[in-house]
Parts: sequence; structure tokens; C-alpha cells
Amino acid sequence: MDVSQYLEIFLDETKEHLQNLNTQILELEQDSENMDTVNEIFRAAHSLKGMAGTMGYKRMQNLTHDMENVFSEVRNGNIKVQPNMIDILFQCLDALEGYLANIQESSDEGTDDNEPLIKALNDILNGNSGGDAPKKEDKTEAKEEAKEEKKEAASDSKEKWQSIKLTDTEKGLFEKAKEEGQHFYGITVYIQESCILKAARAFLVFKALEEKGEVVLSNPSTQDIEDEKFDFDFSVIVVTAESYDNVVAAIKSVSEIEDAFGRELTEADFGNSADAEAEDEPAKEESKPAEEAKKPETKELPAKAGDKKPAAKPVVNRTVRVDIEKLDVLMNLVSELIIAKNSLVSSTSGEDTHNSNFNEQIEYLESVTTNLHESVMKVRMVPIESVVSKFPRMIRDMQKTLGKKMELHMTGEETELDRTVVDEIGDPLMHLLRNAADHGLESGEVRVQRGKPEVGNIYLDAYQDGNNVVIEVRDDGNGIDVAKVRDKAISRGTITAEQAENMSDKEIVDLLFLPSFSTKEQVSEISGRGVGLDVVKSKIEALSGEVEVKTKLGEGSTWIVRLPLTLAIIQALMVIVGDEKYAISLGSIQTIEDISPSDIKLVQNKEVIQLRGTVIPIIRLSDVVDATSSKSPEDNMVVVIVKKGDRLAGLVVDELIGQQEIVIKSLGKYISKCKFISGATILGDGEVALILDANALI
Amino acid sequence: MDELRVATELDTTQYIVIKIGEESYGINIAFVDNIVRMQHITRVPKVAPYLKGVINLRGIIVPVMSLRLKMGLEDDVITKATRIIILKLETQGTIGIIVDEVREVITLDSEHIEKVAQDSNKSSEHVNFVSAVGKTGDELVSLLDLNTVALENE
Repeated sequence: MDVSQYLEIFLDETKEHLQNLNTQILELEQDSENMDTVNEIFRAAHSLKGMAGTMGYKRMQNLTHDMENVFSEVRNGNIKVQPNMIDILFQCLDALEGYLANIQESSDEGTDDNEPLIKALNDILNGNSGGDAPKKEDKTEAKEEAKEEKKEAASDSKEKWQSIKLTDTEKGLFEKAKEEGQHFYGITVYIQESCILKAARAFLVFKALEEKGEVVLSNPSTQDIEDEKFDFDFSVIVVTAESYDNVVAAIKSVSEIEDAFGRELTEADFGNSADAEAEDEPAKEESKPAEEAKKPETKELPAKAGDKKPAAKPVVNRTVRVDIEKLDVLMNLVSELIIAKNSLVSSTSGEDTHNSNFNEQIEYLESVTTNLHESVMKVRMVPIESVVSKFPRMIRDMQKTLGKKMELHMTGEETELDRTVVDEIGDPLMHLLRNAADHGLESGEVRVQRGKPEVGNIYLDAYQDGNNVVIEVRDDGNGIDVAKVRDKAISRGTITAEQAENMSDKEIVDLLFLPSFSTKEQVSEISGRGVGLDVVKSKIEALSGEVEVKTKLGEGSTWIVRLPLTLAIIQALMVIVGDEKYAISLGSIQTIEDISPSDIKLVQNKEVIQLRGTVIPIIRLSDVVDATSSKSPEDNMVVVIVKKGDRLAGLVVDELIGQQEIVIKSLGKYISKCKFISGATILGDGEVALILDANALI
Repeated sequence: MDELRVATELDTTQYIVIKIGEESYGINIAFVDNIVRMQHITRVPKVAPYLKGVINLRGIIVPVMSLRLKMGLEDDVITKATRIIILKLETQGTIGIIVDEVREVITLDSEHIEKVAQDSNKSSEHVNFVSAVGKTGDELVSLLDLNTVALENE
């Protein structure tokens, strides 16, 4: 089967499942008794196995299969969750991720069998005789023994169902059914040995049987059948009003079913088994727990069978995966439509308004395009959860490598950002978290000495703030030692001692963002290779965002990442410089001032103005963009005050046009030299206006 | 690129013949995305002089450069015949070049294309933009090496 066309879906879904597993196993570590979590893990592992199998990735399938076995035992209460088991499971996930990476690159899973892991998993499976949960263990053994007995008893017959032990409950049911004219059949179904999806076939058989009547008992249990824990046959006891032939025909109508043997049960069958049990007292004792364990499962059966469909397909939201490029095209078309609408509006506005009907239609068109635009924008928004959900796992691992105790607290995972931003923000955030864990938090002993709780706290808070999304990475560690940074900077020759004298603490802390600057004396595996913060900074700036740090020695640091809500559309102020139109993002604008030329002072040969007690440098945009200002020097100037972090600057423009929602378009890589132009936009008349990046100007 | 050139030499290739000043140039039609009339070009500050700015090509921002300035000739004089040829290149993406006039499309087979040997060209500055010379009738058409044309230089 050619499955290459599904490769992308496979990759996407596998990633999702792996992420899910990571999260759930972390949860399991916290609360090892939570059956919901175990079930969820089991389901994810099961889907993974199924998908890997379908795609023909045998090694991946084997590994997930063994993981699934472990989960299944956990779910059945036969194994207790232990710390070393969690570690192994995480290693398995890493191995799976390794496979995935290989597949992504070469559509081949590679040759690593991960045998040690498989062995470790099997050890967990077999090692439950180790003595951690003796009670449950006994039960398992009893169950196994009981099963073995049954097998032995029936090994000479094809009708293996005869080995199913019938209890009084079944007998009661049998008698009742008889009164109602229904029949009890014992049937053993054989599946073809070439069948790949045994569980699926068995499920179909069960479904067929459910249509005819009710499955009272099965061997192995429905659970085991669902998990493919059986050879090529399974036995059922069915109660139905249909004739035996009809029932068998229904079973055989399922494809890949080899054959089915059985007959109607008589009272004798119940009597016999009861006798057998009576004869073998200790055996009965032993098999009791097994029976008991089986009973609730059997009762669940009708519900299970009904539920099985959604279970086989993990709970999916009603979503469709769309290539981001297609969305870009759609976005482009919508902006084209808006531009067309704008020019229609502007071409009619001049004319007399006799034709009210026409105007109405235009207004209607306007509201439709606005809504359409908003919807398309929203489609591109995804919660940052997809990125941040991998962090708890990372912190957990680092806890072990660094030997520090720490906890990650996250809020605002539901905050939404444009897809393109979300895709890019993962690495910088990871760097910041690693920094916080490695450089920020002190070791446990130091923390205790300082009277802090031994467990360090790292916080990741995301929230929306106007047109921006703010993500804060905070720790309650040592904070940044400004003096240390200063010494380091001087010893490295980054700054001179005299320069250092004149620098504020904040300026010195900002040195950390320079390339190759790491204050940690010892380079660790986690961070401190000197490639961290400058990369973080440039990456965030590439996303038109900014990063700053606030720190207090001894109390911790906060890294604040501010990102635009979306890269594709912004509210902007349109201005005229010379005879050209420019857009300035509204997000960076503080105020707009009318300044008389006499208010301009010179400080260090730079033009500044004083505004409500603050000295603000001014930048004449006409000089920046090499245009000739249309204004005479005596006229009052329009100054747009923009803010970058804590710094302000005044941009002198010739005229204001007004506020407008603009669609940001890239200038392309061919024109990338110009630093203060962050892009272009298309105006209502089809003309192109450039977008000034106020951040780059300051 | 070498393979491509080999391929084009074996069979026939179509070229768009444009005029810059008095000279005719050929542009491989495979790289031509579109030919549009002259329109308003938005100037981009602080870029090389030959980059005239950007235009809006049905919702996409396309940089436009002056072939004349790039070749070291005097600036374009915009006439009714002036056109912007939108090229789609592998490395540089979409880019527009301003030409004085678009004349015709010619088909040349490999026999009629002669490689330009570097030595035989003595003076003119723009010679490195020409990869070969095509003969059509008794006219000569210089075939532009588009990747060199689009190459950024300061």
C-alpha cells in the first residue's frame, strides 16, 4: 500500500500523540492513581501503535506495543507506577521522537531497535513479582493460573469456549433467557493467521453479535481482545433469540474470519462446570478473584462496544488541517477584496448621494468584507499551548540533570497568537526557561541557607495586552548579579572600565543580550555555551517583538517577551513625509504632539524636546528616508512620540493622514537592507506604502 | 544552471526581445512571469540606486530595478512604451525590471546562439550580464544572464 500521501498526517498526529503522552505521563508522575490519566495514556499509545503499524514503521510499532502493554497492566491494576518506570517511559518517548525525526527527514524510521528500552519495558512487565505490590501480584498469578487451566482443559477441542467458567450469575441469566425463548450459544471464533488487525476483526465480530443479541462472556476478556492480547481465536458466550446458524453466519460475514465452532448451551454445561469447581476447591478459591475481575468488564460490554468507535479514533475536535500556505493565499485574496472595496468606497464618496440604494449596498459590502477579514485572521490564530506544553517535561528532565529541585507554573496557555509567531517562539522561550533553571535558580542548599523554599519556582505567564501578547518567564532564584556582569564585560573587553562607570544597571544587564556572553563560570550541558540570549533576542526581534529583563539580586529575574498579536495585520498611523506615505504601527505610538521649532534644544549636538518633564530625542523622518520635507522650518512640527521599552523618541512627520488597519506584506529578501522598514502595505488606491519600524529607529 | 543551459542549447528556446537604448536584449521566456505597464513605484529609502522601489502586483509586493542603472547607463526615461518585466528567479524570487520597450518573441535554436567569450569583449561595462548572442535574421540579440542581472551589487 502506498502510504506516502499520509505521511504528513502521520507526522502531525504522531507529534500530537507524543505531546499528549508527555503531558499525561508527567501528570501520572504527580498522581499515580489517576485512572483517567492512565486511560488517556493507554489510548494515545494505542493510536500511536496503530498508526506506526499502518505506515509500516515496525520498530516504532514494536516499541509502542511494549509501552502499551505496560500501560495496560497499569490500567488493570497489576503494576503500580514507580519513578523508574516513568523515567523509562520518558526515554521511550524520546526514542519515539527520534524515530519521528528520522521519518521526517528520510521517511524511514532508521535502524535503531532501542532494544535496551524494550527490554526495560519487559522487565517492568515481568518484574511485578519483585514484591512492590504483593496483593495484586497474587491476583495476577491466580488469574494466569486460572487461564492456563482453562487452556489445558480445552486444548484438545476446537470449541475452546467450553473452558469458559460459568458461574451462578450466568446460570441465572441462562434460565431467564430460556423462559423468554432465547438461546445460549458458546462459540469459538478463529481469525485467519494472516490478519493484521485482529482486534479490529474481533471488534467487528462483537458488533455483529451485539446486533443479534448480547455477549455474556468472552475469553480472553473483552479488554484483552481490544488490546489484541490473544492468539488467533477467542471464545464467547452469546445470548440471542436467533438460531445458531444465523449467529455463525453473522460472525463469518466479517472478513478474515477463518471459522467459528460452537453449539447451544444446555443445562448440563452449567451443571458440569459447577461440579468441576466444587471438586477443585483451591482452584475455585484462586479463580474467584479472576472471575471477579472479569465480571465488571463483562457487564461493561454493551456500553464498551458502543463506545468503541470514539475510543478507536481518539477524541478529535472538529478540525481540518490546512496548509498555512493556503491560508496565506486566502488572506491575500481577502486583502485584495478589501482593497477593491476601499477603492469602490472612495470612488463613490465624491459623487452626490442620490442613489441611497447603492450606498447601502456598499456599506453592506463593507461589513461583509470586514467580517470575512476577521474570520480569516482568526483562523490563523492558535493557542500558544502547542508550544508551551512541552516545557513541563523539559523542566522535569533538567531537574535530574542539574540536580536542583524546581517546579514550573504556567498560566495563560490559551493565549492565542498568529500561527507563524507560535511556530517560531518555542526556541526562544526554551532558552529563557533553561537560563532560568540553570543560571537563575540557586542550588537547593543555597536556597535553604537563604531561607527560601528548597524547591525553586519558575513561572511562565502569557497574557494579551492590547495589540500585543506578553509572555513572562520568571524565577525566584538569585537574580542577575550586575557587578559580576560588569566585571565580566570589562574582562572580556566588551566595554571599558570608564564606560562601565557611566552605565546604568539596566544597561549592564542588557549586555547579556550581546553575542557570546555567558556569566556562568562553569559551562553546563543545559546552557552557558554563550549562544543563548543573543539568539533569543534576534529571534524575537525577527518576529517584530522585543525582550527585556527585570532583575533583583537575590530575589529573581523576569524576562518579558512582547510579541505582536499577529504579523499579518496591524493598526497603523498613516503619515506623510515629503510626498510619500508611511505607516507607523500604532502599538509603538505613545502620543502625537504639536511642537514649535523654538522648543527644540540641542544636547550633545542632538535635537531634543522636553515633554512633561522628560527629555525626548527627536528624529526627523525626512532625513531618515532621504525625502525633502514639504514644510518650512518655521512651521510647527507634528511629532509622533514612539516608545521602545523604556525609551522614547519623537518622529517628526509632515502630515498625519489617520489611523488605518493595514495588511503587512513582506518586501521580500531582495530588499532587506533597509533596517527601519519592516514591510509594506497596499493602500486603498492600490499604491504601496512602506511601514516604518519605530523600534529600529530609536 | 549549467544543466539548464545545456538543455536550452539542444532544442529551441523562446526569448522576449526588449530594447534598452538602441540595443536589443533577449530574456529567456521561461523566467518571465508577467509583463506590466509602467506604474507608480514606491521608493524604498537607503537601498542601491538601481533598485527603484516596489510595486503592487495583484496583492504581492514586488521589487523593481532599473536595468539601465544596473548596466551603468543613464536613468530611465518613462515613455508609453516602457514596461516592467516581472521575472521569477530561483534564488532571488520575483523581481521586476524596467525596460524601454518590449518588441517581440523570437525562437532561437542552439545553432543560432553563440556563447560570449569573455576576452573578446573589451570595453562596455554591462558585458557580464550577457551570457550569449543570438542571431535572428541579420539582427543580433544579446541574451541576458538573468541571475547575474539580479545579483545584488553595491
